[in-house]
Amino acid sequence: MAGPMAKRVAGGLVLLALLAFPLLVTLPHRRHVMIMIFLYAMLATAWNILAGYCGQISLGHAIFFGLGAYTSTTLLKHAAISPWIGMLAGAAVAVVVSQAIGFPVFRLRGHYFAIATIALGEIIQTLFINWDWIGGARGVFVPIRRPDSFVYFQFNESKQNYYYIALAMLALALGVTRLLERSRAGFYFRAIREDQDAAASLGINVARFKQIAMGISAGLTALGGTFYAQYILFIDAESVLSLSLSILICLVAVLGGVGTLWGPLLGAAVLVPLSEGTRILLGGGGKALDLLIYGGLIVLISVVQPGGLMALLRRAMGRAHQLGLGAPSRPRLGHDRP
Amino acid sequence: MSLLTLSGITKRFGGVVANQSISFGVAHGELVGIIGPNGAGKSTLFDVITGVTRADAGEVRLEERPLTGLRPDQVSRLGVGRTFQKLRPFQGMTVLENVTVGALQKCRDVNQARTEARVALEQVGLADKADAYARTLSTGQRKRLELARALATRPRLLLLDEVTGGVDQGSIPGLIRLVQDLHRAGMALVVIEHNMRVIMAIAQRIVALHLGAVIADGPPETVTRDRRVVEAYLGQAYT
Repeated sequence: MAGPMAKRVAGGLVLLALLAFPLLVTLPHRRHVMIMIFLYAMLATAWNILAGYCGQISLGHAIFFGLGAYTSTTLLKHAAISPWIGMLAGAAVAVVVSQAIGFPVFRLRGHYFAIATIALGEIIQTLFINWDWIGGARGVFVPIRRPDSFVYFQFNESKQNYYYIALAMLALALGVTRLLERSRAGFYFRAIREDQDAAASLGINVARFKQIAMGISAGLTALGGTFYAQYILFIDAESVLSLSLSILICLVAVLGGVGTLWGPLLGAAVLVPLSEGTRILLGGGGKALDLLIYGGLIVLISVVQPGGLMALLRRAMGRAHQLGLGAPSRPRLGHDRP
Repeated sequence: MSLLTLSGITKRFGGVVANQSISFGVAHGELVGIIGPNGAGKSTLFDVITGVTRADAGEVRLEERPLTGLRPDQVSRLGVGRTFQKLRPFQGMTVLENVTVGALQKCRDVNQARTEARVALEQVGLADKADAYARTLSTGQRKRLELARALATRPRLLLLDEVTGGVDQGSIPGLIRLVQDLHRAGMALVVIEHNMRVIMAIAQRIVALHLGAVIADGPPETVTRDRRVVEAYLGQAYT
């Protein structure tokens, strides 16, 4: 049987290629595109834990991203605390805030939950715009360090270190998702997504497990926020707390395939280069055009294949298998919504 | 002492009285059938027992322990399993995964829970469907799936809402046998059922509801001859 073995070999080769990439490709822009793919894939993977597996569609995940970015940056600026520690502090803040948000908001179901997360995101963004101590509407510049410093999470000489850090964060998010898939909590998340009343009738404390999914998702998202702050070296409420960021995270996951392990990565691998490409081709006014293209793509995918690119890939692999060309694709966790 | 005791359960929805001071008990190992026309308050009673809705008055006890005010998951963990009239399988999960969710209540290890789930599937005769997605099952198979899922939580009391409703004739004998086997193994069951042939075959005792109130409670032969039950539900004496 070539199936699992072939898959493992292919996976190993891809990983090796990803590790070798910055050694072979030195063009900063190409590296930047890869870093952005990893970052968005990581954010979408974190979002997917709450939305894809547990079925609670959040359109407020920028809250946690922003909290990560602002916590580490504020600690660095006001107390010269290493962003690595700031990263953990940011994750902790995001987890605490997520639990406080979850308590009232998880009483709402379906669309109402999504709407409430949008409203909360807007409230928090407004709060940060008006909070002068942390930079207000002007935003915050991360103090530049020379020379590069690992302790201060700053590498201005080359993007190579950022590349590996982003890759490691993505691996962490995927690893957590994998562990969850195989755990009791993972089964409970999916049961809640499918039917929370039936889940409760089997003894699942629905509110508690939603909170757990929210906490894990928020904590991971915050790590991405700190990374972004240290990579871009400037944050403001518009760039790290906006609704459009929340929606983008959701789009990446939906395009790739919600509730699947690899879907968010696949979505990012398609969407990020597309966005970068259209931006370059269509010039400065291209922002709206990228969004038009995303929008068109999402509509296309949801009409043709609601399970996202993962479902499309599985179908293609299934066909290849029938022809004896590739590994069998057994849908495992993919919940192809009808 | 009874396993389940209902005393004076009253539940209103606006002006409609769904349950009107319902009182009866279920002994350990007993199989009680509940009959009554549509709207008699049967499913509402299950919802009150399992904490889905809260009664306006009255008390539910499991042995000594009051269930009033507990959430559905707490009631489940105390040993009350249920199925739903309107079936609610986890559509996007496989049959085995559905039942594993139930088994995880008592057994924290996923692999062990999966093994237990297979046993429950064997018990309801659905083992060959283990890897199929729940949404691909027929109604009869879904009934079995819900039963297996509830069984996997290892309940002391099982509430079954319409075992044979919407099921093809061919599957009915198998479902009857299944319920009888559970009863013989010592489980207490409360079964809502419209099919009189089924209820006569399985129940030791029947409680008849009409307009939210208990109108008869006793052995099947007595209840089915009761004048009020005949008028309200059966139309003619069931013999």
